Amino acid sequence: MNKKKLAVWKFASCDGCQLSILDCEDELLTLAAQIEIAYFPEATKTIIEGPYDISLVEGSVTTPHDAIQILEIRKNSKFLISIGACATSGGIQALRNYVKVSEYIKAVYASPEYIDTLETSTAIADHVKVDYELRGCPINKYQLLEVLSSYLHGKKPTVPDHSVCLECKLNGNPCVAVTRDLPCLGPVTQAGCGALCPHYYRGCFGCYGPKENPNTEALASYLSQNLVDDHTILGLFRNFNAGSPAFSKESKNYEKQ
Amino acid sequence: MAKHHAFRTDIKGLISLFSQLSGQGYSQIGPLVRDGAIMLGEIQSFDDLAQGYTDEQAQGHYRIKPIPNKGLFQYAVGPQSFKQYLHPPRRKLWSTNGTNQNFTVETGDKPQKMVFWGVRSCDLEAIKILDRVFLEGAFVNKWYQQAREQLLIIAASCPLPSANCFCTSTHTGPKPESGFDLGVHEISGNNGIYYLIETGSQKGEKLIKKLQLQWASAEELESMERMIEKAASSMKKRFEPTEAAELLKKTLEHKYWDEVGNRCLSCANCTMVCPTCFCTSTEDITDITGEHSERWLRWDSCFNGDFSYIQGGKVRGSTPARYRQWMTHKLSYWYHQFGTSGCVGCGRCVTWCPVGIDITEGLEELAR
Ligand code: SF4
Ligand code: SF4
Ligand code: SF4
Ligand code: SF4
Repeated sequence: MNKKKLAVWKFASCDGCQLSILDCEDELLTLAAQIEIAYFPEATKTIIEGPYDISLVEGSVTTPHDAIQILEIRKNSKFLISIGACATSGGIQALRNYVKVSEYIKAVYASPEYIDTLETSTAIADHVKVDYELRGCPINKYQLLEVLSSYLHGKKPTVPDHSVCLECKLNGNPCVAVTRDLPCLGPVTQAGCGALCPHYYRGCFGCYGPKENPNTEALASYLSQNLVDDHTILGLFRNFNAGSPAFSKESKNYEKQ
Repeated sequence: MAKHHAFRTDIKGLISLFSQLSGQGYSQIGPLVRDGAIMLGEIQSFDDLAQGYTDEQAQGHYRIKPIPNKGLFQYAVGPQSFKQYLHPPRRKLWSTNGTNQNFTVETGDKPQKMVFWGVRSCDLEAIKILDRVFLEGAFVNKWYQQAREQLLIIAASCPLPSANCFCTSTHTGPKPESGFDLGVHEISGNNGIYYLIETGSQKGEKLIKKLQLQWASAEELESMERMIEKAASSMKKRFEPTEAAELLKKTLEHKYWDEVGNRCLSCANCTMVCPTCFCTSTEDITDITGEHSERWLRWDSCFNGDFSYIQGGKVRGSTPARYRQWMTHKLSYWYHQFGTSGCVGCGRCVTWCPVGIDITEGLEELAR
C-alpha cells in the first residue's frame, strides 16, 4: 500500500502548532512509518512535490500573497486540515480586524511603503473549503494524532465540542469562577486543553475558541454585573480567538462608545 | 425521644476505626481540603481528612474557611460526590491489540475495595438512586455492581447545612437513616467534640465491636436529635418533590424555559456535580498504526449538543430545550423511570453553576 503524503504549511502564526507536531516525539517515528512527510520545512529540507493526500495548515491569511497561496494549496490537497487558533479563527493577529491597519503600519515601520498587508487576519476556511478544523492555541498533540489516525483508519475523530467546564469537572478542578471569583471563559469555550488554566488557578483564556452553542452574551452580562469591568470583558473575548464569530460579536458589545 | 441506640467515642475511636480498615486492605476515600474546596480523595492517614473547616455557599459561590471548632463534618457537601468513585468520570471499558484477522481484547481495570468516609445523607440517598439506575432492570452495570458489593459506607449527619442545602424538602436528610454500615454524628458539646456511632449493617457491627465503645447516654442521644433538628430547620430553600413532578408535566410550554435558556450557558457543570446524573458517552481511540484501540466511558450531559445528536441533527439544539430536558427528567419523569425524584437536595447545581442558576427558584417561576 502506498503511504499517504502529508504536507505541513505555514501562514501568519507563531509556529507553536507546528511545534506541537514535533513535540509528538515518541509518536513521530510511528507516524513517519504510516505517512510520508512530503513537505514540512520546519522539520526537514526534503521537499516532495504535490499533490498531497493531507495538508495541515497553520496560520491565518494576512497578505495578498497568502490569499493566493492558500488557493494553490487547496488545489494540491485531497484533505485539508486547518490547525490552531490562527488557522481556524485568525489568531491573536485578528486584533487588527478592529483597528485601522494603515495607521499602525505608519506608526511602526520606517518605510511603510514596503509593507504589503491585508486589512484583516482571517481563517483558512474564509478562503477555501476546509475538511477539518482542529482548534487550540496551540493545538493539543493528542488531538492531532487522533485526527490523523482517524483519517487513516476511516473513523470519526474523538474531538468533543463541549465546554471546557466539562473537562474541568472530569479532571477534578474546583471551579475558579465559583471559588475565586475569577472571570473564566470555560463555559463558552470548546474543550481540548484538559482545563489547563483552571488547574493552575487561572480563568480559561478561550484558546480553543467558542464551543458548540456558546452563550457568550449570558456569560458576559453575568461577569459585568458581578465580577469585572467592561474593559476586562472586552479583553477576554479579544484574545487568541478574537476573530471567531461568537467572540467577535460579544467583544463588540463591550467596546467603548 | 431518641429511638436509636448508639455508641459513643471521642475522635480516638474514629482514628482506630481508620487503622482497622487500613489493615483490611480498603482504599479509604473521604473529604479533604484541596485548592480551596472540600474535595474527595484517598485518605492515606487520618489527618488527611478535612478538619476545622466550614463552607459558605450561595448561588455560583463557594468558599471554605477555618473555624475554631476542630470537627470533621462542620461543612456541607463540596463539588464532588461519591459518584466520582462508583461511576468514575472516565473509565476504560476495554482495549484491543492486533489486526482484523488476529486480535486480543483486554478489559479495563476492576474497581477497588473502598470505604467512603463522611457520606452525607443526601449523597447516601444519591447512591441508592444510582443503585436503581445501574443494578435494577434488564441491564446491570457489572463494574458498578462489583464496586458496590465491596463498598463500606461511613455516613455522617450534617451539623451545618449550607445555604443551598434543601434535603428537608426532598426528604433525604440531614440525618442518614439507612443504607450505611456506620452512621456518625459529630456533636460539639460543652466539653469538646464527641461522636455517636450507629450501626447499619452486620459489617458495621463487627467493626464497632472491635473498638469496644460505650453506649451513648440518653442525654447524648438527645443532643444528637437536637443538633439534627437545628440543622433541618436552618434550611430555607423549599419545594415539594411530588408537587414539582406534577407541575413540570403541566408547564412544558412555559415562558420560563426561554428565560432560563437565555441565562444558561449549557456548560454542563450542574450535571457534572449532581450526584445522581449518570449519563455517559463512549469514546473510541485508535492509535496511528490502527493496531491498538481503546473504548472509554466518560461522563456526558444533556447540556451538550452531541449528546442528543442522531442521524440528521440534534434532538435538542437550543439551550431552553436542554435546560427543560434536565429539569423535567430530574424532577418529574425520574419518578416514572426509577420511582423517586432524581434530586436529593444537595444544592450542588446551584452552588457550582457559574452564573448561579437556581433550580428551586425555577420551580417558583414555573408555579407562577
Ligand atoms: S473553572 Fe472555568 S472552566 Fe472550570 S468549571 Fe469553572 S467556569 Fe468552567
Ligand atoms: S439536582 Fe441539584 S440539588 Fe438536586 S441532587 Fe442534583 S445537584 Fe443536588
Ligand atoms: S443537603 Fe442535607 S444531607 Fe446534604 S449536605 Fe446539605 S444538609 Fe447535609
Ligand atoms: S444551569 Fe448553570 S451549570 Fe447548568 S448548564 Fe446552565 S449555566 Fe451551566
